[in-house]
Amino acid sequence: MAVVFQKPKALTDAVMHYCPGCTHGIVHRLVAEVMDELNIEGRAVGIASVGCSVMCYDYFACDMIQAPHGRAPAVATGVKRAKPDSVVFTYQGDGDLAAIGTAETVHAATRGENITVIFINNAIYGMTGGQMAPTTLPGQITQTTPYGRDVETAGNPIRICEMLATLDGVALAQRVNVNDVKNVRLTKKAIKKAFQNQLDKKGFSIVEVLSTCPTNWGLSPVESLKWLEENMMPYYPLGVYKDWEAQK
Amino acid sequence: MKVLMKGNEALAHAAVSAGCRHFFGYPITPQTEISAYMAKTMPKVGGTYLQAESEIAAINMVLGAAAAGVRAMTSSSSPGISLKAEGISYMAGSDLPALIVNVQRGGPGLGGIQPSQSDYWQATKATGHGDFQILVYAPSTVQEMMDMVGHAFDTAEKYRVPAMILADGMLGQMMEPVTLPEEKTAEASSKPWAACGHDNKREHNVINSLYLTPNKLEDLVLERYARYQKIQETEQMAEEYKMEDAEMMIVAYGASARVARGAIMQAREKGIKVGLVRPISLWPFPVDAVRSNGQKVKDILVVEMNMGQMVDDVRLAVECRTPVHFLGRTGGMIPSPIEVLKKIEELASKSK
Repeated sequence: MAVVFQKPKALTDAVMHYCPGCTHGIVHRLVAEVMDELNIEGRAVGIASVGCSVMCYDYFACDMIQAPHGRAPAVATGVKRAKPDSVVFTYQGDGDLAAIGTAETVHAATRGENITVIFINNAIYGMTGGQMAPTTLPGQITQTTPYGRDVETAGNPIRICEMLATLDGVALAQRVNVNDVKNVRLTKKAIKKAFQNQLDKKGFSIVEVLSTCPTNWGLSPVESLKWLEENMMPYYPLGVYKDWEAQK
Repeated sequence: MKVLMKGNEALAHAAVSAGCRHFFGYPITPQTEISAYMAKTMPKVGGTYLQAESEIAAINMVLGAAAAGVRAMTSSSSPGISLKAEGISYMAGSDLPALIVNVQRGGPGLGGIQPSQSDYWQATKATGHGDFQILVYAPSTVQEMMDMVGHAFDTAEKYRVPAMILADGMLGQMMEPVTLPEEKTAEASSKPWAACGHDNKREHNVINSLYLTPNKLEDLVLERYARYQKIQETEQMAEEYKMEDAEMMIVAYGASARVARGAIMQAREKGIKVGLVRPISLWPFPVDAVRSNGQKVKDILVVEMNMGQMVDDVRLAVECRTPVHFLGRTGGMIPSPIEVLKKIEELASKSK
C-alpha cells in the first residue's frame, strides 16, 4: 500500500503536550517538513526557548539546546560561530523573543547572524497561564490586564517584523499565519526560504507566525482562529517586510 | 626564554595556546586587555572574537559554543559577572564545560575599578541559582594567570563543570616575566554529548537543564554532586610557604597572598615563625592543606581584599580548633605588607 501521508522524519515519536487548537503543532510540522525537504536534519541544531515550546527539544529529531529565557539568539550565535557548517534555528514565543530577549533578538539580527528564527506570536504568555505579552493587543484581557490592556499604563504592543526590517543584517522578515490551508502553505514556503537563506549564507531570517492560544484566550479552537483573523491580523498585517532578494 | 607580559594578556595568550578559539565578551574595566588581545589574535588563528550586546548575551554565546563542543570562554569583571549568573547556572545545569574569567574590582554595585577580592562568596558559594558548584582558580602571579587557563579548561572538560579564574585588577594589570605554555592545536577531548548535528549517525543530543519531574531532577543533581565529591577529593590545589616550623599560618590567595608573603619575610627577620598556605583552587577549597597545617599552629590569620569572605571556610577546615583572625581592606584598597606585619606582631605578642 502506498504511503500518502506520514510524519516528517525530523519529528520524533514523542507525544506533544500542546493544548487542543494550539498552532504550535502545525508550525513544528512545517519546520520538520522543511528540514526533511532540504535534507538538513543531520546538520541542524535547534534552540528551544522558554515558554510553551520549551519542550520542542523532545519533538525535533535534530540536535537540540534549551536556552535561558530570551537568550536563544545568543545561544544560536555561539553554536553557529563554533560550527559554521551547522544549520541553526531558534524557536521562540513572543514573551521570549519580544520582551526578555529583545536585546538578543535585535543584535543577532543587526549582526546579520546567519541563523533562522521561528517566532510564534500568540499575543499572550501561555506557559505561565495567560499573562500580558509584549504583543498583547490594546484592550485584550489577560491575567495581568484584567480590565483589558490599557496602553496608557501598560504601553503599546511591539511589531517585531516591522522593527527588524530596518536593520541591515536582516535577510528575511516575514509575517505569516496558519489559520487556513492557503496560509499554512505560505507559511511553509516562508520557513523554507528562511532556512534556504541560511544555507546560502544570506544572514538573519525571521518568520513570525501569528498563532492561537485557545486555552489562555478562553475561546474554542474555532473561535480562536476567528479572533485571530478579526483582531490580530489588522494589528499585525501579514506580509514580507524585508527580503534580500526583492531588494536586489 | 621568558617574556614580559601583563597579567590579562598572559591569560588571553594562554587561552589561545590551550586551543580556545571562541571568545565572547563585553567591555569592562579592568579586564579590557583580555578582550583586546582576543580581538587582535582570534582572526589570525581562525578563531572567533565577538563583542556581544551584553554580558548576558556573551555568556549565552559561550553556552552555545560549549554545547556545540568547542572550547569557549568569556571574561569580565565583578558587575559583569553578576549578569552572567543566569548563564552560568544554566551551563552548570546542562553540564557544559567552559571558562569564565573574573578580573575582580571593588563592589557592591558599580563599585570601583581598583583591585578587589570581594566576589569570593559569589564565585565559591553562589555563582547563580540552584544546587551547583563551579571550579574556581585564584592565580597569584602572571605566570599562574597563564598556567591556570589550560588546567581550568582540562578540568572543566574532565568533569563537565564550568570553571572560573578569579583574578583581580592587580594581577590583570601588572607585568611579570613568564614562560609561555605549549601550544595545543586540537580539541582536548572528544565530546560525544555535544549538540553539533547528528549527521544521521546517532540519536539526537539534547543539551537541557529543564526537568519537570522532581525525582528526575533530584537524581541529576545527586549525580552532579557525586562528581563534586570526586573533585573535592582529587582537585584541591594549594601552595605552602615556610610552613615547616611555623607557629602562625596566614591563609591568603591571589594578590593578597603576594602581600602576605612580603609580610612573612619581614616577620621572619624579626624571629616570628609565620608561614603561608595559599589556596590556588578556591573551589574545591584546599581543606586538606589548611586543616593539616592549621591544626599545628597557634593562630591563623586570613588576609583578603574584602571583608573576610574566606574566613568561614578556613574555620570549617580547621574545625574551629585554632583561632582564626582576619585582616582585610576593601573597596579597591590593597593591604600593605606593613599592615599585615603589624597584625602578625600583635598576634605573636598575644600568644606568647
